[in-house]
Amino acid sequence: MSTRAPRVRIELDGVAHTVPADDTVAAALLNAGVSGFRRAVSGTPRAPLCGMGICFECRVRIDGVPHRRACMEVVRDGMEVRTGA
Amino acid sequence: MLERHTADVVVVGAGPAGVAAACAAAEAGRRVLLLDEGMRPGGQIWRHAVRSGLPRPARRWLDRLDHSGATFMGGTSVVDGAQGWLLAERQGQPQEIRGAALVLATGARERFLPFRGWTLPGVVGVGGAQALVKGGLDVRGARVVVAGTGPLPLAVAAALRTAGADVSTVAEQAPLRAVARFAAGLWQTPARALQAVRYRATLVGTRFRTGTWVAAAEGQGRVTGVRLTDGRRTWREPCDWLCAAWGLVPATELAAVLGCAARDGAVVVDAQLRTSVPGIWCAGESVGVAGVEAALVEGEMAGQWAVDRPPPARLAAARGRHRELARRMEAAFALRPELRSMADDDVLACRCEDVPLGAARTAGSFREARLHTRLGMGACQGRVCGAALGFLLGWEAPAVRPPILPARAGTLLAMTDQPRRDS
Repeated sequence: MSTRAPRVRIELDGVAHTVPADDTVAAALLNAGVSGFRRAVSGTPRAPLCGMGICFECRVRIDGVPHRRACMEVVRDGMEVRTGA
Repeated sequence: MLERHTADVVVVGAGPAGVAAACAAAEAGRRVLLLDEGMRPGGQIWRHAVRSGLPRPARRWLDRLDHSGATFMGGTSVVDGAQGWLLAERQGQPQEIRGAALVLATGARERFLPFRGWTLPGVVGVGGAQALVKGGLDVRGARVVVAGTGPLPLAVAAALRTAGADVSTVAEQAPLRAVARFAAGLWQTPARALQAVRYRATLVGTRFRTGTWVAAAEGQGRVTGVRLTDGRRTWREPCDWLCAAWGLVPATELAAVLGCAARDGAVVVDAQLRTSVPGIWCAGESVGVAGVEAALVEGEMAGQWAVDRPPPARLAAARGRHRELARRMEAAFALRPELRSMADDDVLACRCEDVPLGAARTAGSFREARLHTRLGMGACQGRVCGAALGFLLGWEAPAVRPPILPARAGTLLAMTDQPRRDS
């Protein structure tokens, strides 16, 4: 990613990050070192598998809306993302 | 609020097949609406943040789409449909879409197979890894192992190398003799042979092992290594990412809900790309995985037939050639039976509802497993475990019911006043 590309400010689990404006939420979370996107029925952490909106392993809460697929959403300035649901 | 849209031709899926279909129909002067879940046309193979980064043929098609007069409606998930009618969701709002002709170009997805550790974060698909990198994932310096079959693992390994990853191994499950026989036949298709040479140049320093698959992924809370096997011995390779999926399977959920006949997991079409339902055409990977060139040719054909313009004979001839190559590829990269024993009975088969393979096996069929274990009842609705259990246990694909994707209450309400299907 070029550092000159436009960047946006987002909040990942309450921590502010500045990320390229083209990034998906999944990429932003992974680049920030987050490896657990959701908790499975049995409690183990899960993270993106398919990367293209099919497996639903990457779902997170985005701006208060639960079950959004992080791999299918592009970051927006001011976006708030919560993992761990 | 239900938003309403009408067009002469509605195309679902904006990968190569959908783009070509939309171009063909729009250039014939019809009103065309092209729908996709992604925010930009191109599908997975031409997924991009900036168009200038795409290969030239992709840019040419997307530029052609811009000038075709077709309307692209991104971020749109189709959840239900009937002849001439679709219900979709866009930015949380229900959308009703009507069109006399429907062209389905819903593409394919990866075939994931369970193995010990496959639910660890850091275990991703092969195309999945590429999609994540296209979405901005930084893999510079990351150690990667790719396991799968066919041309995709090599293409993805090359792309990951270009993105700065350290790809130690590409594990191809097919035996050397099958891969060699297929590669020797590539001289008949010079473009593909050239591409293979390019991958080879990019992949200097990456081991390409045939007859090799995954024994287990290892790590605590995230993958740190993979045990690979060739059936005789097993060895460990450290990795930050394990990309593992074995081939592609057609995505047929929407076609199924629309009542289109399918065979061997693919939508059935005739020589004019017509499905079994009048007014519905289908093109590209959803009628059988055959790659981007086949998808473009079929998309263009379907778009023209959908507006009642017989396409030139050269397209049908090209389609035949691409399909023949696909048949040879499928034979060369047939899945070896040993892949069925990658997962023991305590390994999860259904990742949504955490149902172990053993529990699924006991149930005996998809229907029974749904009733007794909730397998396939989670958010992915069997998209991951369906293809896996088809291969592992020979199960028929799970029955498809709308909504074919999780939808909001407002959208579900709109499902109730629809025109169809009471027959």
